[in-house]
Amino acid sequence: MKLDDLLKHTSEWLRGTGPKSNIVISSRVRLARNLDKKPFSNWANAKRQKEALTIIKAAVENTSYLKGALFVNMKNTDELDRHFLMERNLISKEHMANVENKAVVISDNEIVAIMINEEDHLRLQVIQSGFKLMEVWRMIDSIDQELSKYLSFAYSPRWGYLTSCPTNTGTGLRASCMLHLPALMLANQMDKVLDAVGKLGLTVRGLYGEGTQASGNFFQVSNQVTLGRSEEDIIDNIERVINQIVVREENMRNSFLKRNREMLSDRVFRAYGTLKSARIITSSETIKLLSAIRLGVDMGFIKDIDQRMVNELFILTQPAHLQKIDGKVLSPSERDARRADLIREKLIERKGKKR
Amino acid sequence: MLCDICGNVEATVHLTEIINDKMTKLHLCEGCARKKGGEMEEHFGLNDLLAGLADFGTQLETDVSTKATCPNCGLSYTDFKRTGRLGCGDCYETFRKNLAPLLKRIHGSDRHIGKTPKMVSKKLKKVVSEEDRALELRKKLQEAIRMEEFEEAARLRDKIRTLETRPKR
Ligand SMILES: [Zn+2]
Ligand SMILES: [Zn+2]
Repeated sequence: MKLDDLLKHTSEWLRGTGPKSNIVISSRVRLARNLDKKPFSNWANAKRQKEALTIIKAAVENTSYLKGALFVNMKNTDELDRHFLMERNLISKEHMANVENKAVVISDNEIVAIMINEEDHLRLQVIQSGFKLMEVWRMIDSIDQELSKYLSFAYSPRWGYLTSCPTNTGTGLRASCMLHLPALMLANQMDKVLDAVGKLGLTVRGLYGEGTQASGNFFQVSNQVTLGRSEEDIIDNIERVINQIVVREENMRNSFLKRNREMLSDRVFRAYGTLKSARIITSSETIKLLSAIRLGVDMGFIKDIDQRMVNELFILTQPAHLQKIDGKVLSPSERDARRADLIREKLIERKGKKR
Repeated sequence: MLCDICGNVEATVHLTEIINDKMTKLHLCEGCARKKGGEMEEHFGLNDLLAGLADFGTQLETDVSTKATCPNCGLSYTDFKRTGRLGCGDCYETFRKNLAPLLKRIHGSDRHIGKTPKMVSKKLKKVVSEEDRALELRKKLQEAIRMEEFEEAARLRDKIRTLETRPKR
């Protein structure tokens, strides 16, 4: 398998299925791990980084969970590839720079990704569609378990897993869910939610936003604390909080349906109309409109496309994806035109099939 | 209220968290908040305040350990204050006096309760590292042949032979 083959598939976590997938797009758990006695990637010189990479690569190749995985040396990728990987949530922004001894392992239809030599020697990630953090945790736990047969991790009984940044010390675990909360946003209720969530030791971050303003009503909720709580506790806490948010969003959607049905359907169909007719469209307008479409599909206004198609469009319309599809570099204005074309193709092609 | 980091600009960004029933508040100015907050950053907010927080540790503990460097990786506490990142697992022991209050401030606890790594099987580790070594030597060998450094190549070949004929325990 090659890097470009990823383009032919939809990542598993974008399937648009699973519990509460109308509101919870995906569930993700990440573990930070380091090799005992070896200098952490940021502090290591090139030789020591390479050494860590070699050791980890051998362990990965021995791990049955990662059979058939795609192993990508970051130094063999170009700028476009790196953006492409980031848009697919497989690497972080930090992983795009100083790539000499960095790598990413991609497995299981992109459910599993492991960054090697990011700020920690290993950053394991499991991501699935819908609301199922506990399941995701169990899966990453077994991968971690198997890797630890081949690697000895930096660990202290008092402080747990030792990480480059003290905000990750202990479990090294960051659990997060990506939420779509258009009704709460429309009702100006997000501030209240943010406030409440902040008090429970969780962090909320707007996605696709510039600055603090989230565009497209997407939010990522994650735990802040990694030390002094067990992994199950952390997951349980965040699951409980997200359940509350989901209930509020559902209630708000229902109340809009009852009281402002016309207003809501008007918004949805205007967005749909624009996406099906636009000839030039920016990325941020696309995200805003797709957010409305997503809501429209969930509420039954739009019946001829499904959530998977909407999710797919979110990814395919991002800059590096557009350029990968065309196989060449596009200027921003070329991208806006190409994006509009792609959306029309997808939405109209889909309709054609239905008829 | 002034910014917790720079101390000379009005704080407009406020972070509140309750950890183990204790409320912690951080007040930052726009500039410091933005400067510290790489937008698509993985650990959101708190992580980025570390450089600032690390100073807290030193104020509480003006201790010899701030002058020490880690015997395993050479990192000094000043390096840590500058980058907010530690150098290796042993740094935790080296700077324990400063890190304990810092960790407590970040997490509301300084004791790990979660999972313990499975005991590392020495045998497997050995096999993996030997395979690694052979692989690495093989690459070097190819390089030496390519560069026509035949003496070096012969030396490497012998090394690989020894490594591979050694019985695996
Ligand atoms: Zn400031
Ligand atoms: Zn060290």
